Amino acid sequence: MSTKSNNNKLFDGTLIQQALRESFIKLNPKKMVRNPVMFTVWVGTLVMAGVCIWILTGEKSQGSIAYNLIVTAVLFITLLFANFAEAIAEARGKAQADSLRKTREDTPAKLIQPVGEMFVNEVKIISSSQLKKGDIFLCEAGDIIPSDGEIVEGLATIDESAITGESAPVIRESGGDKSSVTGGTKVLSDKIKVIVTTEQGESFLDKMIALVEGASRQKTPNEIALTILLAGFTLVFIIVTVTLKPFADYAQTPITIAAFISLFVCLIPTTIGGLLSAIGIAGMDRALRANVITKSGKAVETAGDIDVLLLDKTGTITIGNRKATNFYAANGVDEKHFIQCTVLSSMADDTPEGKSIIELAGINPLSFTINHPRFIKFTAETRSSGIDFDTTRIRKGAADAIRRLAEREGNIFPSEIDERVKLISSNGGTPLVVAENEKVIGVIELQDIIKPGISERFERLRKMGIKTVMVTGDNPLTAKYIAAKAGVDDFIAEAKPEDKMNYIRKEQSEGKLVAMMGDGTNDAPALAQADVGVAMNSGTQAAKEAGNMVDLDNDPTKLIEVVEIGKQLLMTRGTLTTFSIANDVAKYFAIVPALFITSIPALQGMNIMQLHSPESAILSAVIFNAIIIPLLIPLALKGVAYKPIGASALLRRNLLIYGLGGVLIPFIGIKLIDLFVSIFF
Amino acid sequence: MNTELTGIILMYLLLLVTAIPLGWYIGKVFSNEKTWLDGIFNPLDKLFFKVGGINTTKEMNWKQHLLALLTINLFWFLIAMFVLTNMSWLPLNPDANPSMSADLAFNTTVSFISNTNLQHYSGETGMSYLGQLVLMLFQFISAGCGMAICAMVFFAMKDKSTGNPVNFYVLFVKSCTRILFPLALLLALVFVLNGMPMTFEGKDTITTLQGDTVHVSRGPVAAFVAIKQIGTNGGGFFGPNSAHPFENPSYFTNIIETVSILLIPIAMIFALGYILKRKRLAYTIFGVMTIGFFLLLIPTIFNEIKGNPAIMQMGINQNLGSMEGKEIRFGSAASAYWAINTTVTSNGSVNAMHDSLTPLSGMFAMLGMMVNAFFGGVGVGFLNFYIFIILAVFISGLMVGRTPEFLGKKIEAREMKIAMIIALLHPLLILTGTAISSFLYAGNPTAYAGWLNNPGYHGFSEMLYEFSSSSANNGSGFEGLGDNSPFWNIACGIVMLLARYLPIIGPVAIAGILSNKKYIPESAGTLKTDTATFGLMVFAVIAIVAALSFFPALALGPIAEHFMLKP
Repeated sequence: MSTKSNNNKLFDGTLIQQALRESFIKLNPKKMVRNPVMFTVWVGTLVMAGVCIWILTGEKSQGSIAYNLIVTAVLFITLLFANFAEAIAEARGKAQADSLRKTREDTPAKLIQPVGEMFVNEVKIISSSQLKKGDIFLCEAGDIIPSDGEIVEGLATIDESAITGESAPVIRESGGDKSSVTGGTKVLSDKIKVIVTTEQGESFLDKMIALVEGASRQKTPNEIALTILLAGFTLVFIIVTVTLKPFADYAQTPITIAAFISLFVCLIPTTIGGLLSAIGIAGMDRALRANVITKSGKAVETAGDIDVLLLDKTGTITIGNRKATNFYAANGVDEKHFIQCTVLSSMADDTPEGKSIIELAGINPLSFTINHPRFIKFTAETRSSGIDFDTTRIRKGAADAIRRLAEREGNIFPSEIDERVKLISSNGGTPLVVAENEKVIGVIELQDIIKPGISERFERLRKMGIKTVMVTGDNPLTAKYIAAKAGVDDFIAEAKPEDKMNYIRKEQSEGKLVAMMGDGTNDAPALAQADVGVAMNSGTQAAKEAGNMVDLDNDPTKLIEVVEIGKQLLMTRGTLTTFSIANDVAKYFAIVPALFITSIPALQGMNIMQLHSPESAILSAVIFNAIIIPLLIPLALKGVAYKPIGASALLRRNLLIYGLGGVLIPFIGIKLIDLFVSIFF
Repeated sequence: MNTELTGIILMYLLLLVTAIPLGWYIGKVFSNEKTWLDGIFNPLDKLFFKVGGINTTKEMNWKQHLLALLTINLFWFLIAMFVLTNMSWLPLNPDANPSMSADLAFNTTVSFISNTNLQHYSGETGMSYLGQLVLMLFQFISAGCGMAICAMVFFAMKDKSTGNPVNFYVLFVKSCTRILFPLALLLALVFVLNGMPMTFEGKDTITTLQGDTVHVSRGPVAAFVAIKQIGTNGGGFFGPNSAHPFENPSYFTNIIETVSILLIPIAMIFALGYILKRKRLAYTIFGVMTIGFFLLLIPTIFNEIKGNPAIMQMGINQNLGSMEGKEIRFGSAASAYWAINTTVTSNGSVNAMHDSLTPLSGMFAMLGMMVNAFFGGVGVGFLNFYIFIILAVFISGLMVGRTPEFLGKKIEAREMKIAMIIALLHPLLILTGTAISSFLYAGNPTAYAGWLNNPGYHGFSEMLYEFSSSSANNGSGFEGLGDNSPFWNIACGIVMLLARYLPIIGPVAIAGILSNKKYIPESAGTLKTDTATFGLMVFAVIAIVAALSFFPALALGPIAEHFMLKP
């Protein structure tokens, strides 16, 4: 996909420059105070700067000026590193969003100007940025659509590759569920009139950019809880450091201010504190990279908790659409006549199923001569479609719909058709029963083709603990067959829009979190009800407003990726918190002996790393504490890989890597830095 | 094998064999199921409920539970203050012991109501028998309150309501009548049969072989010692506590007392498994606590058996281990076992002087109190552990990519805030308290010379131990500290009060809030909390939060002392 490859490099020169500049701007205490952990480091740096000045004025008790200056500098760099982490995450998100936004900037728009009471085609060409909500513009073949909107008139094929990366053109038409168009896409044929649905600067993309930029980013509930935990740890170590002063006085062990502040800064969870907001932004950024626009950070997080996933069968589980594979005439009905009727009933049916019937029959529907044809469209209520001409009424539809139709007129539903219907259904096909003047004349078999690899994906979801539910308009037998073949856990057959809603409500009442994807206006209530509702970009405005994410690719399997992004986000936070806190063990063993060794030489026994001198030990610890932040930025941005191996196994794995690793790595790191620092101190 | 070690292993096995069935029994009592004591105690309970005007069918929410607990405690606090400051003229004072000063009475009352039983007085000379009886009653009340409030948390952790109303008064009365009273009665009988005094007569007088006249204090000791051990109280009848021959006459009574110290704290964990119908969770919690207990216990026994290196250098035989401050009838290993048993459970009784433990053993005893969640006091020990579970659930929930949940309830910002405050409280009280005393002492060593018998690192350990003991509601002391002074009485009193009630209020509030949340059924993505992996996580959280925050302080106390002693 073209847009995905745009920014695959983790760091790029201009982004880094931009982020570096930002890291200094973010030193503003008003911004720093949002992050309690780093704010205490900020205060510590200020105190150290004061100590340096104090030494310059002649104070002798605080150690050499060089040592104090280095400690101050390292603390300052720690702050910059933390700010840089946030800035680079923001810059990457912005760059990604900008590349999407660029496509739609300043394209000429053919505004249709109302003259008097009526819209006439008086077209004025303006810049897209001048379009206002409610304006109607015209797009013809070759035009770039200037703004998001909904088609009010016409039908067109549109190339959406600029947004989705998908090269095959799509059809969008007024009315119905495929009426939405996206700015930046290109009309290939025909002509449409589009009404602007959002004010400039308020489109989903604009909202997303604002989120990434931090202007309107609110901490998610989970992020707040984690901040409380980290603030708690910070408080513990404030207590530890402050009380150490009278302890040391009692033991007649003078401790320099630099040592106190270094101990404190090393013990508080600066690693996760510095990376926390970067992780959150990177989560939304990863979603954007997957071409999903999220309306809030919370939605991404919630996606990781999803228990139930509602998936439409068509397009998600099966490839596109069903195809007709067989005709079965009823007893006593001429097969040729039956096939003719099927073709007639499908003349106006431009669904892929309808087209496949004509294809299978091999008859050109225009070869018939019929009078006064009246085409009956498919509706959710009748669940059948067909044609009326002369005195003939042909209907095709779901078995139960046609049965009701026939039985209402007193005609029996032939038993062999009944059996055939069951047979087709139990083989995963869809039976379409055809009636002529309310008499059943035969059944068409439609077959579904299950997407390759989809059952492996469901297996993966099952291992994550997510129940998959297939939603289909098929009858229960067909649905059951496909559900079993694709490996979904449950299905809703003969689904009406309210069935989805009821299913979501039922699962939610049991305390589960439900995600679904939808596009139609009648999906909107369910999208709003679901905990995570992903609307397709091609869907109606109502659907997009109702959901909390919009998928630019219109890819129904995208939910699975969104769930993984959510899980990654939480996991990255959790593992880096563990790593950060586990680091304290080694830092204690570096700094605590260093604090006391001068006056209590016996405590040399605690210096298990054999660090060179108290100064070198303290410097090594603060330097390690600082450089671990940029070293972990790539991990924070990419996220910790999620493996569906069960919660306990995952915990074991992460505990081993980030917990045990977090205990051991600083021992090695601090020792190595000490070997270098000991040359000078 | 060494007889002393065999003795310890047998004591531990006897403990397990009795504690596990007791846990199931406690579970039955709280779940209102039939038990074989119903016949005797049902009428008694009914009498209590009738006299107290308690509506046993009234369901109480967590706030009402807390209010009931605090009311009971406040009521008895006032009564005890009155008795202790007026005992000289009140009845049952055959030895004509004086009344207590106000600050000492405050310290003593707080100490007993909070299940700490820190004693800045000596029972022989500082307490009348009426005073002793009031304190004995307190040992029932504080233990009963702990068990009742813990049972309330158990019920709040259940996913569905049992239909039985959870009422604090019912839980409290039953804790006393069905668990504490029968056990205490049984123990007291065993003690009396093994020579412990049980009388209301005053001092006895004997003439020794040398012809001196000696006055020997006595009193209702057996009854007092029984509840002292069973309720993780630890307040001694006499100054030397269970090192005194009347409080612990023989190795046999020492076995019984040692087993009874950990009996209910362990049983409560199995009661949890019974009430929640989650045996695996109980085993996981028991496993984590046991590992923590052993990690403190084994090096302590090793250090005490090995003896003191400084004494070794003097060329003194230490075949019996480090015997300074220990009773010859118990030996070094059993004394070390007792020291860790009591410090992990907030039982302040001693059968040896902790002040004389080798430095690292002293540190492990302190760590037991600093963690205060490896079994802990009756009821409240689990509440402390519950806080660590919440913190561990939160971090590990994130690590597996799911909003953290414990037993089907989501852990969110509000619960984290409470959990973090409670987790902070213990280091705050201990470190701040020790910091203030260090500051005062360092500023003017001569003015406070009476405080410390041993200046230097050991003196620091004494102060650190005193505040750890107060904050853990333990009650034992590094007795080198001259602690009956207004500073120590009031400072420790405040610490005991805060450290008793806030760590009850916090977990009860969390459990109450969680129980009102929607239950989320378990799925394959849910982190199971009854596995070894999760147990390890809880252990790591305890080690980092509880133990690491004391590391610098310990380095200046026992660790420095240890390295100084090292030959």
